[in-house]
Amino acid sequence: MDTAYETVETDVLVIGAGGAGLRGAIAAAESGCRVTVICKSLLGKAHTVMAEGGMAAALGNVAGQDSWEAHFADTMKGGKLLNNWRMAEIHAQEAPDRVLELERWGAVFDRTHSGLIHQRPFGAHTYPRLAHIGDRTGLELIRTLQDRLVHRQNVDVHMEVTVARLFASAGRIVGALAYRRADGGLLLYRARAVLLATGGAGRIYRVTSNSWECTGDGTALAYEVGAELQDCEMVQFHPTGMVWPAGVRGILVTEGVRGEGGVLRNKDGERFMERYDPERMELSSRDVVARAINSEVVAGRGTDHGGAYLDISHKSPDYIRRKLPSMYEQFLKLARVDITKGPMEVAPTIHYYMGGVRVDPETGATRVGGLFAAGEVTSGLHGANRLGGNSLTDLLVFGKRVGEAAAAHALQHGKAGAPRSPEVAEAIACLLGPLQRPEGESPYRLQAELQDLCSKYAPIIRDKPGLEEGLSRVADLAERSRTVGTGGPTGRVFNPGWHTAQDLRNMLVNAEALFRSALARKESRGAHTRSDYPNPDPSLATLNYVVSEGTEGMTVQGIGAEPIPDGLVSIINRSYEKYTPEETE
Amino acid sequence: MTVSISPLKLSVFRGEADRGEMVAYSVPVREGMVVLDAVLWAQANLAPDLAVRWNCKAAKCGSCAAEVNGFPRLLCKSPVDDYAGEISVRPMAAFPLIRDLVTDVSWNYEVNKRIPEFTPPEADQHDPEPWRMQQVDVDRVIEFRKCIECFLCQDVCHVLRNHGRTDAYFGPRFMVRMASLEMHPKDGLDRRPLLKGDAGVGFCNITKCCQEVCPEHIHITDNAIIPLKERTADAYFDPIRALTRRLGRRSAG
Ligand SMILES: Cc1cc2nc3c(=O)[nH]c(=O)nc-3n(C[C@H](O)[C@H](O)[C@H](O)COP(=O)(O)OP(=O)(O)OC[C@H]3O[C@@H](n4cnc5c(N)ncnc54)[C@H](O)[C@@H]3O)c2cc1C
Ligand code: SF4
Ligand code: SF4
Ligand code: FES
Repeated sequence: MDTAYETVETDVLVIGAGGAGLRGAIAAAESGCRVTVICKSLLGKAHTVMAEGGMAAALGNVAGQDSWEAHFADTMKGGKLLNNWRMAEIHAQEAPDRVLELERWGAVFDRTHSGLIHQRPFGAHTYPRLAHIGDRTGLELIRTLQDRLVHRQNVDVHMEVTVARLFASAGRIVGALAYRRADGGLLLYRARAVLLATGGAGRIYRVTSNSWECTGDGTALAYEVGAELQDCEMVQFHPTGMVWPAGVRGILVTEGVRGEGGVLRNKDGERFMERYDPERMELSSRDVVARAINSEVVAGRGTDHGGAYLDISHKSPDYIRRKLPSMYEQFLKLARVDITKGPMEVAPTIHYYMGGVRVDPETGATRVGGLFAAGEVTSGLHGANRLGGNSLTDLLVFGKRVGEAAAAHALQHGKAGAPRSPEVAEAIACLLGPLQRPEGESPYRLQAELQDLCSKYAPIIRDKPGLEEGLSRVADLAERSRTVGTGGPTGRVFNPGWHTAQDLRNMLVNAEALFRSALARKESRGAHTRSDYPNPDPSLATLNYVVSEGTEGMTVQGIGAEPIPDGLVSIINRSYEKYTPEETE
Repeated sequence: MTVSISPLKLSVFRGEADRGEMVAYSVPVREGMVVLDAVLWAQANLAPDLAVRWNCKAAKCGSCAAEVNGFPRLLCKSPVDDYAGEISVRPMAAFPLIRDLVTDVSWNYEVNKRIPEFTPPEADQHDPEPWRMQQVDVDRVIEFRKCIECFLCQDVCHVLRNHGRTDAYFGPRFMVRMASLEMHPKDGLDRRPLLKGDAGVGFCNITKCCQEVCPEHIHITDNAIIPLKERTADAYFDPIRALTRRLGRRSAG
């Protein structure tokens, strides 16, 4: 077995090239560091590219009365106050500048009549707040940042390279082990600072809107190197994924459809949101709408394929094709449904990980020296439920801040220490293990079993017996995964069986954290609903469940959050003037 | 919609650079299945090392470009019931093969680095007020910005595919890229010397094969390349552009 590796030295190692990684890398490069960006896919293909609806920022271009305070209040209320208030404050204050900056780097947005960036309404945002371009805002963000990055000095991008292990020495991060997909070659990165921007873990579920990359690598890598995770029970079900035909189940139907006036009906034609949130109706927060659709289905009022109808066909075909071009195309091509003529069938799909690495709100620092994190891999900003549009601005706001902090750390600290060679040898042996077990179990089978069990035992509505069963099955799978193979072939050149075995390792850590945290939170709050504890428990309102590696394995501990300062409490409780749109079709 | 009960006959190119063969798999059909689903089913159940790129399975990332029954397509946007009988999948032919359906597309990323980035004029750069642009002006570039970099257009362009002139022509994808910059209401650079020179816009002879395969329905030739040719031709002579002008201006989309 060839255990040779190349060594790459850099100042700041950025793991991930979604919005957070790209923005972080630009910031680090502009701070004067040598930056190396690695990503599992080709550049520009990261999960962020799929984002549709828009990015939330209180620019006030459509509703002049919008303000950072209103955005902050919406974010906190949407997150059921479990959010890290300081992150929510920073996010609301800095998001407008980051969006305008993106425009100055060449991003193109839809315009208002007066020529400013247009903003569309979205669930639980008091004012129209989402800067967008049609329904492909993520592509615009990725392409703009990608182009900006590759034209910066001192930046290297290593595409289709996957990090398998992080190394720390004396409480400080020193490097990472990775493999290249194209030839199976090993790489040892030595860095003074590492920025984790690896995204979420939505692939641990069967029905998901997430890209294959979302296997929770960053959370698992950070956990194993000594960082803490938090709020891992908070998994967002997006209310509207495609349900039919079976082959497309889970693909996202943007909230933009409801933002543009789409209505939800059950099989009896009833606009059922009237019963769940008469005030905000379809534009209620995601946890509420997802539970509402779920309840309709459970009560026997679902569509034939177990969902609800979402209808926008009362708008003119031209308007629909202009505002929702990708949705129009997606349904026409994949479901043979013309959404300008009839309703879509939708049901909840796994969408976003509110939980993740626990970080310092100002700098994204973890408790491991030199290890920083930004984007969906982190926790805090979104609390118990994320509002649509808040992720893309999260990536920009914290990508920049954390990229700068990582650069500052790298510049302050001298040459990076070296990973200890026994640790490197052990990590390489572990990485190459599946290739030496042609008879080992198929990683595809184990992955499928894991996805099925998460979907079954940690669904929208959870309870103790189910969660306990899920946890014990995860333990069984983890045991079996120790001798996982590649499915047979043992070549190193672009061998997806081998890659899947690596992903599986990370997915299992994420699943265990999910079940343990969900068992710990004995209440219902935001995205976490328990039938055995159907109500919120005020004593848990400011408690975060924090996961870390103890001597006996994974531990979960409730840690009280810093109280929200009075000034911010009054901002949250303030009543904001209602917005009444002018009809502008 | 037809529900097919007999399994699908899928044949996939398997192999590395210098040797390879078509291998047949029998795949159960689910309603609404796309060719990527069939390939991934074969991978999970019959051929664990079958190499294929994909990310989103929603036609948004441009990773899964390949040739299905000889036609360049996104695997995740090709419903299997579009095809009667056997489906054969091969890698893109214009790029060096890594393995099975995966090709080395890194050349494209090198080309992009050679195109100067978006650069607003000084006055706009320092304008303290938020920029104002009209929707009509923005609409001109929106089409180009839809590009998901699947490189299918590069795959079919005969200049690259048949003549291998990667040294002389950047290819349709990067004509689209240049158009998106050149026609951006706030861009202030002049990329015409590059277009005429290293980018080789003159090598395009307007066969329009590229725009036929674009999954984003970008009118690559009509709306990007021909106007770029016209712009450069204002400064330089281009025989093909002279011909199109004689044939009358095209308009599309
Ligand atoms: C269909 C869809 C629509 C959405 N629409 C919106 C929207 O309209 N507005 C909004 O605000 N949010 C939206 N979201 C959510 C938002 O897109 C994501 O939360 C966000 O893009 C995450 O960005 P990120 O930079 O944190 O990570 P990602 O974009 O997930 O990028 C992760 C990066 O890390 C790399 N990586 C992962 N593991 C490793 C490893 N082990 N080694 C090396 N590299 C690794 C990956 O290759 C990738 O480059 C949407 C999500 C989906 C799925
Ligand atoms: S129109 Fe030009 S760019 Fe397009 S395929 Fe033909 S020669 Fe290539
Ligand atoms: S222009 Fe069209 S075909 Fe070419 S890379 Fe872009 S999306 Fe693909
Ligand atoms: S997998 Fe993203 S375009 Fe096909």
